[in-house]
Amino acid sequence: MRRHLETALQLLGPVVVVVAVGAVSTTASPANKIYFLNALVYVAMVVAIYVFVGNSGVLSFGQMSFVAVGAFAAGVVTVPLVSKKGVLTDLFPLLRDHTIGNIWSLLLAAALGGLFAFIVGLPLMRLSGLAAGIATFALLEITHNILQQWTKIGPGATTLSLVPETTGALQATLGAIVAIAAAFLYQRSRLGRQLRATREDPAAARGIGIHIHRQRLWAFTLSGAMAGFAGALFVHLLGSITTEQVYLELTFLTLAMLVFGGIGSLWGAVVGALVISGLDSFLGQAEQGVDLGFTLDLPTGTRLVFLAAIMALVLILRPSGLTGGREFSLPVPKRRARSGPGSRPRPAESP
Amino acid sequence: MIASLGFQTVTDAVALGAIYALMAVGIGLVFGVLRLVNFAYGQLIMAGAYTLAFTSSWPAGGSIALCVGVVVTLSLLMELFVFRPLRNQSQAVMLVTTFAIAFLLQAVAQIVDLRNDQLGEVVFSWITTLNQSITIGGVDIRKVTIVAVVVAIVALLLITLLLNKTTIGLHTRAAASDFRTARLLGVRANRVITFAVVLSGVLAAAVAVLFVAGTDPGPLVTPDFALRQTIVVLVGVVVGGIDRLWTATLGGFAIGFASGIINALLPTENSVYLPSVLFGLVIVVLLLRPAGLFAWGRRGQVERV
Repeated sequence: MRRHLETALQLLGPVVVVVAVGAVSTTASPANKIYFLNALVYVAMVVAIYVFVGNSGVLSFGQMSFVAVGAFAAGVVTVPLVSKKGVLTDLFPLLRDHTIGNIWSLLLAAALGGLFAFIVGLPLMRLSGLAAGIATFALLEITHNILQQWTKIGPGATTLSLVPETTGALQATLGAIVAIAAAFLYQRSRLGRQLRATREDPAAARGIGIHIHRQRLWAFTLSGAMAGFAGALFVHLLGSITTEQVYLELTFLTLAMLVFGGIGSLWGAVVGALVISGLDSFLGQAEQGVDLGFTLDLPTGTRLVFLAAIMALVLILRPSGLTGGREFSLPVPKRRARSGPGSRPRPAESP
Repeated sequence: MIASLGFQTVTDAVALGAIYALMAVGIGLVFGVLRLVNFAYGQLIMAGAYTLAFTSSWPAGGSIALCVGVVVTLSLLMELFVFRPLRNQSQAVMLVTTFAIAFLLQAVAQIVDLRNDQLGEVVFSWITTLNQSITIGGVDIRKVTIVAVVVAIVALLLITLLLNKTTIGLHTRAAASDFRTARLLGVRANRVITFAVVLSGVLAAAVAVLFVAGTDPGPLVTPDFALRQTIVVLVGVVVGGIDRLWTATLGGFAIGFASGIINALLPTENSVYLPSVLFGLVIVVLLLRPAGLFAWGRRGQVERV
């Protein structure tokens, strides 16, 4: 019973936090609302990255490729037909002459992200360590380059605008919950546990018959689909996007969020995304002057300095991240500590 | 094929490769002793470039000396406050922390940049002379190209000598091949690491000078100065084989040289796809030789799953 409760809490904790952020966003002023919604979309993104990086222990800089593909796919297919013919003239006729709804675009983005990840993952997932990091980074470069130059599939180097802004409080919250639930179900599934075993000890995992390449490929594909989905949420939040927005800076930011929160747990991914987004918004406000009993007014441009310094400081002082790679749990009641030797506490859930 | 490209392209590619090789040595040295990929290396170069820009009215020697001083100090600070607490952490944590440091330095530079918006148009008298071209065998070569190649070769020779003929060099090589055993045999960890960090800082300063001198017309010093190049070199270093200094260096050279050559080979209308071709090649090489293009022998065995 207790065990089931703990398990349920691991899912409920992050979900409740996300719902709370979504609820607060509806009470915020329109100008501030975007900060909350952005944080929720970042949660979806970081959780997507976590599904592969956290569970497999293989560093990937390439997940932003799938976010980019999802964002541009969802963007291009939802621009209203009237404006599309005028702006995106170079598109393939199929893309130019059709427009689909919001939900379909989210699904399409997820499907494309997953498909793309599966295809490139087939060869790339053979690699591990630094080689994997660099190869996935090369993938990001290629994706960015093609999206930026090939005007038959998108806007090229110009801004894709006039995308319907359908990611409101509801869609952002639900999107983040879907991402969290998918990650949770995956990491508790047979596949997820096999992959985690390969992370802890590849040789032993192989010894008990786990196919490392196959397990990594599944996670990479799922992560790609979730990243595509997050990209679609992102483009529907912003209403316009350029290829630069889903490239290096966001790659580093989201990876930093993941490591900051704790790379080994779903809770860490959620906490990292929310804390860094919150900090970023707060510092942005502080540059304009914010009242905290005293007036905090930071000089322009110091936001990034503080943000980077805090990130570095936490990583140096607490390298396992804020959550230490543990899942969400409530403080353990005393009753348990007193129990006799017969009921030794279960070994901790895999981090 | 290369002959048809013309001497001009090849010299430019060699010069770019030479500078990249220097950066590769700087990154590879630190990786050797710390197993840490220093993403903030580009920001060291950026800091050097800013120092040069602020002292552009000084004589070249003083300006360069200060640049070396600033960059080396900065890398020592980085060692003390960032690398040292992170020793023995996982590679992901170390790498992401250096991202954060890179962000930090870039953000500081942004503020400096905002306060001095005329920095972009700095003119260095000594650079103008370097940018003049001389003619060899009917081909125009800018003096700075020759300087870059010469500096790179001299620096590489000096480092080879330093690593092979001095005690501290021997210690460094020992530490790079097996840090724990080296310590057991009496190699002092902090000294070796400081040595590697200082050396890599000096190289960063040299690269800063070469980049600033090589920009034509005047150098444009921005907060993301050398960021792009650092990323490319990091890729090259891993492609070449990061486990050994000389394979890392060759990797740095190779990626600089290759980008110069591919750029010339691509038809003009397709030249925008240079990154795709280059990084596609990177993926292919990594898949075929994951331990590194130049890593032969027993070190060449990196597991593929």
